[in-house]
Amino acid sequence: MAVIVHEDFQFIVQGITGREALNFTRECLEYGSKIIGGVTPGKGGREVYGVPVYDTVREITEKERVDGSVITVPLAFAPDAAYEAIDAGVKEVIIITEGIPRKDAAAVVEYADLHGARVIGPNCLGIIVPDVCRFGSLGGPAVDCRKAFKPGVVGVMSRSGGMTTEICNALTLSGLGVSTAISIGGDPVIGSTYADLIPLFEADEDTKAVVVYSEPGGTAEAELARWSQEHDSRLPIVAFIAGRFMDEMPGMSFGHAGTVVNKKVDSPADKMRRMREAGISVAEEIGDIPDLVRERIGN
Amino acid sequence: MRFYEFEAKQLLKKHRVPLVQSEVANTAKEAKKIASDIGGPVVLKPQCIAPGLAAASVKEAADPAAAKTIAAELLELDDGGRKPKGILVEARPKGEAVYSLSFTYDGTAKRPLIAAADMAGKIDDLGDTHPDRIVRRHFSAHYPFSDYIAKELAKSLGLEGNDLKAMSRIVSGLARLFLKYDLADLDITSLVKLGDGNFVALDVEADLEIEARNRQRAILDELGFAKDDLRQVREPTDFELEGARIDAEDPRGIISPIAEFDGNIGLVIGAGGGSLTLTDAVRKHGGRPANYAAIGGNPSVDKARRLTKLVLSKSGVDKVAVMSNVVSNTRADLVARGVIKGIIELGFEPADKILIFRVPGAWEADAAKILEKYGVEYCDRTISISEAARRAVEKVG
Repeated sequence: MAVIVHEDFQFIVQGITGREALNFTRECLEYGSKIIGGVTPGKGGREVYGVPVYDTVREITEKERVDGSVITVPLAFAPDAAYEAIDAGVKEVIIITEGIPRKDAAAVVEYADLHGARVIGPNCLGIIVPDVCRFGSLGGPAVDCRKAFKPGVVGVMSRSGGMTTEICNALTLSGLGVSTAISIGGDPVIGSTYADLIPLFEADEDTKAVVVYSEPGGTAEAELARWSQEHDSRLPIVAFIAGRFMDEMPGMSFGHAGTVVNKKVDSPADKMRRMREAGISVAEEIGDIPDLVRERIGN
Repeated sequence: MRFYEFEAKQLLKKHRVPLVQSEVANTAKEAKKIASDIGGPVVLKPQCIAPGLAAASVKEAADPAAAKTIAAELLELDDGGRKPKGILVEARPKGEAVYSLSFTYDGTAKRPLIAAADMAGKIDDLGDTHPDRIVRRHFSAHYPFSDYIAKELAKSLGLEGNDLKAMSRIVSGLARLFLKYDLADLDITSLVKLGDGNFVALDVEADLEIEARNRQRAILDELGFAKDDLRQVREPTDFELEGARIDAEDPRGIISPIAEFDGNIGLVIGAGGGSLTLTDAVRKHGGRPANYAAIGGNPSVDKARRLTKLVLSKSGVDKVAVMSNVVSNTRADLVARGVIKGIIELGFEPADKILIFRVPGAWEADAAKILEKYGVEYCDRTISISEAARRAVEKVG
């Protein structure tokens, strides 16, 4: 089992001829992912590493089953690309593009909800189920990706793409390994929050524990804490909150767009308290995560 | 990006939201004149950006002479290295009833949200003290705002008759301008019903979504925002300005944000989340970071070189720690090359200046080879971020 993707998961890349997309398309193919098409308006008819390029999403969905799309088009075109994928019937949409204003993100996510589609991101890297499927740009070159992500028992959700790899690498080194890793995005409005995704891990029999990487800003941790209190979850959760130094610097933003500390619920100290009250183990240091997971799953 | 209150009020005025009489004074003398034009007691609000400063510094003046004295004091406030951008001098009408309104984005519902209360204050604070006084309504960022949403909100506040209609009009107007101008937050912390039945907004706070600043350029120009004015909570230091310049001059990769702290450990660190984690880790082990940096997106050798020189040239900094999360896109070898080049150009030996080099991931074998040549130990992915930070702090002593 796996979360969101599976062995036969077929996806497309919108903006496939962009610099970043060329890289991760090759990396995904080398990793074994099934990319069945790419879209760049005006470049239909070409090929990228053997993947056919089309002008529109619908040209692909009319011919074949498309399970998901990775969107990495320039900022100004990103919402439109998401609408195009959703209208063509794509149900899993990853938006990698950074810097989308929250109004546009909220509009896209609302539209996706109305059409039964799920959005991961914006400002995220995507999903990896080790040795099964990589959906997005998480993990870099396939060779590095295989080093950092080995199959195992821990689900990972992270607001930072880089820290997704860092944490998965630590879990892999410790022998625990990773069931599914999701880079959820660092913006104030994202399509899928921890609380939206945790039920999927709950239903995934490979997952024995979940690790969450978090940052200042937003209310997603409170929401996760509430979920884990209200549901009789079988999954122990271990969380790490970065940017604790920002507690002393109200109004300053250092990380992702969502990190400004300016409201009470935002402070890392409050987040840690809430999560601990809900039975979530909060790691004092990033290096403590594997041991805490072991402790919690009694392994 | 924080608006000064007078700017937020210009925006509201443009959309015919009823406001109390007010004007900005740039000198104490002007404050006196405005106060006497208004007549009666006035409120003086220094226009500041630093969080909480404006609200904490509001003063009342009983007459124009007092307004002059108080304004002179307020104009000297330190707003993160700046002076206040004038004093907003306002009438303070007595009301029959007072309300507050707040527009923001709810990350849980992923929708814009209006919250209202039948008392003055910031909704965030009222949420702690008077949660039962707050009513909330989500609305759509996808569809145009419908007036009935405002009407339902006014109804749930307990309003009837003309009050319900007046409040609905104000809420609708604010919701539309909130969407139109890409505001991230809009708070009317005091909305007063006057004796004649009209409502006026007294205290306003507004923040523009920083990512929308380009497409909102027209209104920012209209309000007089300078092109590079990001409304930081304090003025950038020379170190930060130079960091921003290095970042802007070379489009290959990013080294931003960069910030100056007062410690002694120079940090060449990345990326977004990695930098947050590493800064915490250095502090956790008793270290004092001299700066913040976030290198990512595969910076060029030259960019890494210039950043290293900038950090090492900072007073009180003798050595740098070069650390990052496991990188996917950024090439470890290019970072290594840049750091070494920067140190050599300053006339030092890399081995004397690098506390630790922990950048695992893409091109790591090449990075290790380069470092070996200069006698610098390369820490691979088996050294955790915590351990890397601990070693760096231990070495700096």
